[in-house]
Amino acid sequence: MQGQASTDKDFTPKILVFSTNNISDPGIDFAGSSHLHYSPSVSVISMPCTSGVKPEWILYAVEKGFDGVFLAADGEECAYLPDCAERTSHIVHEAQELLTQHGYEPQRLRMSAICSVCAEPFVNHMKEFSESLKKLGSARKG
Amino acid sequence: MSDRRIGVYICHCGGNISDYVNVDKVKEAVQDEPGVVVAKTSMFTCSDAGQQDIIRDIKEQNLDGLVVASCSPKLHLHTFRDVAKRAGLNPYQYTQVNIREQCSWTHTDDHEGATEKAIRLVRAGINRTNLTEPLHSIKINTVPKVLIIGAGIAGLRAAIGLNDIGIAVYLAEKEQEPGGWVAGFGKMYPHGRNGKEIINQLVNEVKKRDSITLFTQAEVIDKTGSVGDFRVKIRVRDQEEIALHVGAIITATGFNAYKPHEDEYGYGMDGVVTLAEFKKLLDKSEGKIIRQGKEIKNVVYVYCVGSRQGDEAEDGNRYCSRYCCNAAVHSSIQALEKNPQVHQYHLFRDMRTYGKFELLLNDALKRGSIFLKFDENEPPQITKGANGTLNVTVKDLLTFGEEVEIEADLVVLATGMVPKENQKLVDILKLPVGRDRFFNEIHPKLRPVETVVDGVYICGTCQGPKNSAESVASALAAVSQSAAILKKGYVELEPLIAMVNREACTWCGECETACPYTAISKEQVQGKEVAKIHEALCKGCGGCIPICPNHALDLKGYTDGQMKAMIDGLLKEKF
Repeated sequence: MQGQASTDKDFTPKILVFSTNNISDPGIDFAGSSHLHYSPSVSVISMPCTSGVKPEWILYAVEKGFDGVFLAADGEECAYLPDCAERTSHIVHEAQELLTQHGYEPQRLRMSAICSVCAEPFVNHMKEFSESLKKLGSARKG
Repeated sequence: MSDRRIGVYICHCGGNISDYVNVDKVKEAVQDEPGVVVAKTSMFTCSDAGQQDIIRDIKEQNLDGLVVASCSPKLHLHTFRDVAKRAGLNPYQYTQVNIREQCSWTHTDDHEGATEKAIRLVRAGINRTNLTEPLHSIKINTVPKVLIIGAGIAGLRAAIGLNDIGIAVYLAEKEQEPGGWVAGFGKMYPHGRNGKEIINQLVNEVKKRDSITLFTQAEVIDKTGSVGDFRVKIRVRDQEEIALHVGAIITATGFNAYKPHEDEYGYGMDGVVTLAEFKKLLDKSEGKIIRQGKEIKNVVYVYCVGSRQGDEAEDGNRYCSRYCCNAAVHSSIQALEKNPQVHQYHLFRDMRTYGKFELLLNDALKRGSIFLKFDENEPPQITKGANGTLNVTVKDLLTFGEEVEIEADLVVLATGMVPKENQKLVDILKLPVGRDRFFNEIHPKLRPVETVVDGVYICGTCQGPKNSAESVASALAAVSQSAAILKKGYVELEPLIAMVNREACTWCGECETACPYTAISKEQVQGKEVAKIHEALCKGCGGCIPICPNHALDLKGYTDGQMKAMIDGLLKEKF
């Protein structure tokens, strides 16, 4: 399964999503309860706030087999941290540097605010992200 | 290998899951994962029989970890934590895996893909559970006293309410006299009683009670501690500092009236007044309404002044101030009671005399008040007229834009509510401020008077426009919410908070700066400076975790080890 070349038409990128217990995870649930489809190669890990994601986890995920990581952040709705969006974008920045240092494209990490009823926006994000990861090909080439 | 004893239960959810996910295949794929000693499928895991089965297994098989793969944790996390607890297993050694909303329901088009994803998700849950430790909620004894900030109608009523159920109250008012806005009001709807009378009644009651202490000219200058156990300092009359020990704090600091800027609807011109100013004039008028020696015969009201401001106004007040339609219509009826000959014109955008206030509007219409609807993009123009009158022109939408010209003796601007400037108090209490600059509750419907700061409540107009009845209702909600924790004698807080690896920590202070809840400080442990997490203050957001350059911080329930183990579980390709 590993190491497909970017020319492989059957390549389905594996995407790891970090969501938040109170806001974006309910939004992703809503996509499911609305029976909207995205690829089953998308998996979600939910936590209190995306400001708590360590850049190292993102690198770890890509090194171990994910082709892309998506932070489904809270934006301005976060009940914990008023500057949640800034903090999360700072994490994105650091993680992209970390990815680059290790030979991975920074485009393998994306972030967007997903609200608790953002079912369609989430599904669209997954489709677009999947398409752009297909162009990049598998994270572990060769 | 793992020496854990984990039970894994995969739910059919009737067919909600098993119509798309082959649950037997999931069971087979995970039953030999490290630590798993029981793996079963269940038609409805949340049913009584399903729960009993888990409890029996935990007891008989001596399980020390539990995984249920079913619906979203939003539905049943607490159900199964409770199942664990009833069986004698620590509830924090339970992991819920979402294979319905985030698997079967969203992959109804791909049964094989859904089944493989479910296997991966369950493996991640098992890996996480392998690294769980028993956690215990944090118990804090509560002090049965409350500080209420602001002695307007909300603060006064809350003080009496709390005292009625045996809780001592400190009531701190910034002004010289208690009573707030309502103390300055005349007749109020619907009972016709005077605002001043109502406030006097409340203040007398407060003064009668030994266990309510009223401080005037008082301000909060410091707060430490946490829910159930706050130490607050107030400064009274700019000199004396008083230390208070309370279990909860209720903020009832009220609102400011919107002050129109120069030239807004002619404000600043003689004869253009705010609604508050007009009410004062009405209250002191006997019979005819006389202003500066001149009888007022024609009154024009302009509605929505300072409220519902459009996108073009930077930092504009987007909200409806909620009370002004009612107050303006009520004032116009009072004006008619003083002098039935007075002509009144109401220039409105939308009339919002909601609920029982609709009767007021009907009354005003019956008595001959004229209502003209204007477009917000073509607001009424007010200019100086002859003989000290004002000329008001407005395009009336109800008559298809006919331009109406009114000669008025007085133009009353129905001004709305704006938040008070309370930066100092916001900084001290860490109050959450919304985009509209009013204080924010956690949830408008489910937790309407609680804030993200445990033990700090908000009520009345400091949280948004309300009339006095609504303010009192929210004040009494704050009474019941604060009393609920104080009467119990203790609070239990979630143990999913940050923790410090003292060996790795070299105290650089980065985490202390990153925490907006002042939950992290420095401590000395065996001659070494390390970070200390204040259990009662930590909200468990995890915002400090990535900040630490030495990886010395972890969030319980979401540790570094658990997150990586979950990633490993999601990536194992064996189905």
